[in-house]
Amino acid sequence: MGEVINQNPPLDEGCPSGLQSTPVQDRDPLGRDLALADYVTHKDGLAALDLIVQGAHCGGCIAKIERGVGGVSGVKSARMNLSTMRLSVEWSAKEADAQAIVKSLSELGYGVAPYEINKAQSEANRDLKSLLKAMAVAGFAAMNVMLLSIAVWSGGAEMQPSTRTLFHWMSALIALPTVAYAGQPFFKSAYAALRQRQTNMDVPISLAVLLACALSVYETVKGNPDTYFDAAVMLLFLLLIGRYLDAKLRHKTGEAAQRLAAMQSTSATRILSDGSLETIPTRRVAVGDILLIPAGQSIPVDAKILTGTSDIDTQLSTGETLPLSKGPNDIIYSGMVNLTTPLTVKAIAAETDSFLSEISSLVQIGEQNKSRFVKIADRTARAYVPVVHSLAALTFIGWLLTGAPLRQASLNAIAVLIITCPCALGLAVPAVQIVASGRLFAKGVLLKSGDALERLAEVKSIIFDKTGTLTKGEFQLSNIDDIPAEDLKWAAALAIHSRHPIAKALHPYVNNITAQDVTETPGIGLAGVINETAVSFGAREEPQDDKLMTESWLTIAGRPPQSFKFEDTLRHDAEETVGRLSSLGLASRILSGDAPASVKQVAIALGIKSAMGGVSPRQKMDQLKTSQENGECPLMIGDGLNDAPALANAHASASLATASDISRSAADIILAGDALSGLPAAISIARHARRRIIQNLSAAVIYNFIAVPLAIFGLVNPLLAALAMSGSSMIVTLNALRPMKT
Amino acid sequence: MTALFWLIPLALILGLSGLIAFFWSIKSGQFDDPRGDAERILGDDDHPIIED
Repeated sequence: MGEVINQNPPLDEGCPSGLQSTPVQDRDPLGRDLALADYVTHKDGLAALDLIVQGAHCGGCIAKIERGVGGVSGVKSARMNLSTMRLSVEWSAKEADAQAIVKSLSELGYGVAPYEINKAQSEANRDLKSLLKAMAVAGFAAMNVMLLSIAVWSGGAEMQPSTRTLFHWMSALIALPTVAYAGQPFFKSAYAALRQRQTNMDVPISLAVLLACALSVYETVKGNPDTYFDAAVMLLFLLLIGRYLDAKLRHKTGEAAQRLAAMQSTSATRILSDGSLETIPTRRVAVGDILLIPAGQSIPVDAKILTGTSDIDTQLSTGETLPLSKGPNDIIYSGMVNLTTPLTVKAIAAETDSFLSEISSLVQIGEQNKSRFVKIADRTARAYVPVVHSLAALTFIGWLLTGAPLRQASLNAIAVLIITCPCALGLAVPAVQIVASGRLFAKGVLLKSGDALERLAEVKSIIFDKTGTLTKGEFQLSNIDDIPAEDLKWAAALAIHSRHPIAKALHPYVNNITAQDVTETPGIGLAGVINETAVSFGAREEPQDDKLMTESWLTIAGRPPQSFKFEDTLRHDAEETVGRLSSLGLASRILSGDAPASVKQVAIALGIKSAMGGVSPRQKMDQLKTSQENGECPLMIGDGLNDAPALANAHASASLATASDISRSAADIILAGDALSGLPAAISIARHARRRIIQNLSAAVIYNFIAVPLAIFGLVNPLLAALAMSGSSMIVTLNALRPMKT
Repeated sequence: MTALFWLIPLALILGLSGLIAFFWSIKSGQFDDPRGDAERILGDDDHPIIED
């Protein structure tokens, strides 16, 4: 930590990454609010708001944010939570407003979005807290019951039966309320499974705990020497640790995904009947609303163009690199970006059912298929539970047949249940998953769920989307050496007036030359006057987009046109990623919605043998289904709306942080660093984790092989049960925590 | 032997008070921001964050 402090002298508080561009202003071109009023709560003249803050990393950031926001007049308190990346602000409603607070944060250099209290997330939070409490209670009980049990065990023959019974009563007094309270998560889940005529891991757990308690109470009443209160309570404690880790992982990734979504939330500009404009959050747009979409803004909801003709960037929705020209009565979809001229449109869908309804229904079907995936733990439980229960039953019957009394037979049967109780199994999987997700997080990969990790490890082939995934999705000038410097300056002077992706490629070459009377014709190009000479820049004929490269022409009156060539560049780590994936034994393929020739060119550049272009979203999905049925276990990685059905139907899926909303929510992992290199890292971590889960499960099985025969033959006493149980759990946990070499 | 009659309740009371303290610490939000708390301890308190 010392080094970090030295790097940040007191005057230069906050970390460099906090000094990034301000997403709020970018995304809100009219400079109006983010509909903050919806999120503010009022109480006794005080207003409160929770904001998601992006870019805060260290103690310096906390101090900077809290002091900066605290300095806005009227603010009563500001508390930054670095774990959840949320800032809670309270201010006196009369003296300040939410907008001023957001503005102060933007000026400090942090990205801001209002935090929406999400029902599922707050439920998860409550569950997490109640699991933690249950764990604490079980831990307290385990320690105190053990205190009494050890006295009984080591007291042995010296202890009077009356003292022993007193100790057992005290154990019962601690253990029974604890089981009633801390055992609830298991009992509820077991009950739910049994009601659907299924079994899960919680059935033998609940049975073992309840039977052990019942037997122990009986033994205590009779004044007999052995009770299992300590085993029952310790079992709950160890299992609750596993449960808590599992819930914590899901909660953490849920929060991170929600943050990512909030940072991308958008607003729309509505034209009221009297002609005035109002900015509203996209989620409040209703069908039939008339919206104004300024040039440069993304289309908030599916809409029909009323007036205006413009170039529309459809990269995220179809995967095509070059914009399309759209005019009145054309339908444009949310996720597309309006590039050239303002459009007036009529909303034809609300936000929630915007994006092609086909896509969203395809995604849903895929997600249902995925929910049929059976996790390793559950697969083990399905095989394990019947075996364990029949073993216990056989023990019971066997002892009765040999003429043992009913009490001894049931004692031994219950010992089998306690010994085989999947304590190690319950810890084996979540402990590994939490370690692996921590590793992934450090590599900039966001894992959505534990079973995603298991599926990721099983992947046998990779299917890439092209535009925006393998390529950057933005053009770069490729023949700069062939262009006279003067021509480049003139072209750039025109291009600065346009947001067209080709024109954007020229923005870096802008200088002091200015163009006058610049007009942009969608689908044709730019025209203007420089130094009293008519100049135009654009396509000479229909744009040729059947290649990765596209060509535009600069025409200066009285001179032959100069050609400008542009290429959609590959991501810098694309080649390395494909190479590393193939060294992991994974074949790569490309499925793209873009023109076949350009897809082929990318495939050749990266050495990928199989590539298909011009694939519709449904075809993509069908391709994935086929390859899934052939047992290829494909991983799909894509960013566009058109990839979403394929992502949902793939065995495992990955998406980039810049991807469309629906793709991100359909994907199992999100590569947050906006770089592909996280993918091979994620796969090798997932494989390591899988290996370690299997190691753990085998350790648990071996332990059972040794312990179960002892239990069957009635050789297990409470001391041995307690030792065996904690021993196996420790081994499994330590193995999980062993550092991973990836 | 008579020592047990007060030692065992004492042990239980100590354990229970630990449990209660833990419940209180959850409720008062001490586990809400472990990352932030780890960083805050390094900051100097020359500037009060907010004035009441």
